[in-house]
Amino acid sequence: MSTLVFLEHHGSSIQRGALGVLAKAAQLDPDVAGVLIGSGVREIAADAGRFGAKKVFVADDPALDAPLPQPRVDVLGKLVQDQGFDTVLFGASVLAADVAGGLAARLGAGLNWDLSDLEVGDGGLVGKRSALGDTVLADVGWSADPKLGLIRAGSFDPAETGGEAAVEEIGVELEDFSSKAEMVEQAHAEQVGPSIEEADILVTGGRGLGSPENFSILEELASVLGGAVASTRAVVDSGWYPYPTQVGQTGKVVSPKLYLGAGVSGAIQHKVGMQTSQTIVAINKDPNAPIFEFSDMGIVGDLNEIVPKLTELVKERKA
Amino acid sequence: MKIAVCVKEVPDPGPNRRIDPGTKRMDRSGDRSLNQYDLHAVEQALRLKEAEGDGEVVLISMGTSRALDSIRKGLGMGADRAVLVSDDAAAGSDLVATATVLAAALQAESPDLVLFGQQATDGDGAVLWAAVADKLRMPVVSQISELEVGGGQATAKRQTEFGYDTIRAPLPAVLAVADSLNEPRYPSLKGIMGAKKKPQEVKSLADVGVDAGDAGEAGSRTTVIGLYPPPSRGETIKIEDDGSGAQKIFDFLLERKLV
Repeated sequence: MSTLVFLEHHGSSIQRGALGVLAKAAQLDPDVAGVLIGSGVREIAADAGRFGAKKVFVADDPALDAPLPQPRVDVLGKLVQDQGFDTVLFGASVLAADVAGGLAARLGAGLNWDLSDLEVGDGGLVGKRSALGDTVLADVGWSADPKLGLIRAGSFDPAETGGEAAVEEIGVELEDFSSKAEMVEQAHAEQVGPSIEEADILVTGGRGLGSPENFSILEELASVLGGAVASTRAVVDSGWYPYPTQVGQTGKVVSPKLYLGAGVSGAIQHKVGMQTSQTIVAINKDPNAPIFEFSDMGIVGDLNEIVPKLTELVKERKA
Repeated sequence: MKIAVCVKEVPDPGPNRRIDPGTKRMDRSGDRSLNQYDLHAVEQALRLKEAEGDGEVVLISMGTSRALDSIRKGLGMGADRAVLVSDDAAAGSDLVATATVLAAALQAESPDLVLFGQQATDGDGAVLWAAVADKLRMPVVSQISELEVGGGQATAKRQTEFGYDTIRAPLPAVLAVADSLNEPRYPSLKGIMGAKKKPQEVKSLADVGVDAGDAGEAGSRTTVIGLYPPPSRGETIKIEDDGSGAQKIFDFLLERKLV
């Protein structure tokens, strides 16, 4: 097995999701390599060594500054062919999905997505994924090399192993069409706390909050817990909370250590985005809300009373 | 402007969907409809055509021969015609095989713009546009929540994990739209009646110039090895709040070392 992991970066750090995939890949392939593609990324290449990379390829070029997929496909396509990697893994993101899809076409390679685990069996690499609204689990494979895999966010913890990576710079040759799309503006939303896909703790508000103002009590709870605030489709559609915080089929798929839903009914569209959370706690005044069927701990009650009390208890504990 | 919209017939969302344990493919024998996310792409194509006052909207699809039943909904909304690539040798196509077939069908149309919806509800894939764009050697922008097209270029705002990017690309381009971009119109009765008379072409792989070995299972590079029921989540506790609800949650979080 010769494995390459796409090390997506944002600013001067490698994304947590990519490091998690790297750490997992290092368990399956001790000689795993990573690739960093961007501008001014040389300095952060060595960080990947601590998460298991034996080698990091660096494509550093001003033309690669904007997080656009197609120039990255050019770099990856050539690298995979030159080095003969048989497996290329990505931590799922908006950028990584477009890169992986483009690379699959470029190399005529198989791409499996939504993978929540990987193992090496007698027949080689096997991916685990759920399908059809998580009503069925599937073992998926590849019939040829290179094998491409997009790993569902939050599947693997980035475990530091403390190694060192050799860094090798690679050349950049871009296709004419790959540079046609250009970044005009990156208006990055102010992120209060970690982004919802990276947060270990998510406090999620649904329609049961009753009003957009009530998100403030969830923000206070998330803040004392060291987590982030997420939302549901119903709430985003009503303009109560921004779309980037939306969990579910049309939003983000999250897998935090703790998901705490307040006024969230747990409709299937939402469930598919959060049911792999390690611990699920629900507060809802409707005893028949579907969320109680898959919560580890559910309280039938008024979130306006329970949430502020819980915030105080956590505050006292931390004080 | 000629706009091609890639659409897909999918099994109706809900508990009746299943993967055939024998073929390990999606069971497409039950109730089917046009992938709901594709409706947003059709809607956007119609709005662009209407704004320009001229042009053509062509639906491009790959599927079973019966898929036209679902695709006709897009015609009912106002699309001008449909091209369906349907071939027994295309069944079981994975991403690369599907991209090969769609790219070939698109190439024959030479559109100024290729639109996709944000994902398919059956395979949950959200990568096909990137593969098709690579085959067509066109720029691609995905997850678009605001779009302006004019002067031979597209300017798109899209959401990422970090906020909003604004990306500009010259036409022809491949664009994938988010469902927050618009509210798809319902086909009018007149539209539904008229849809049956609109051109609906069914093409074979040979018609679009794709070798049978590059489509279907022969052209695919991924496999489904096995299918299993999901594990149950185990014990659930549900307590009526008697004033101690917050304390109970707090104790539970402490026990699980989450605070």
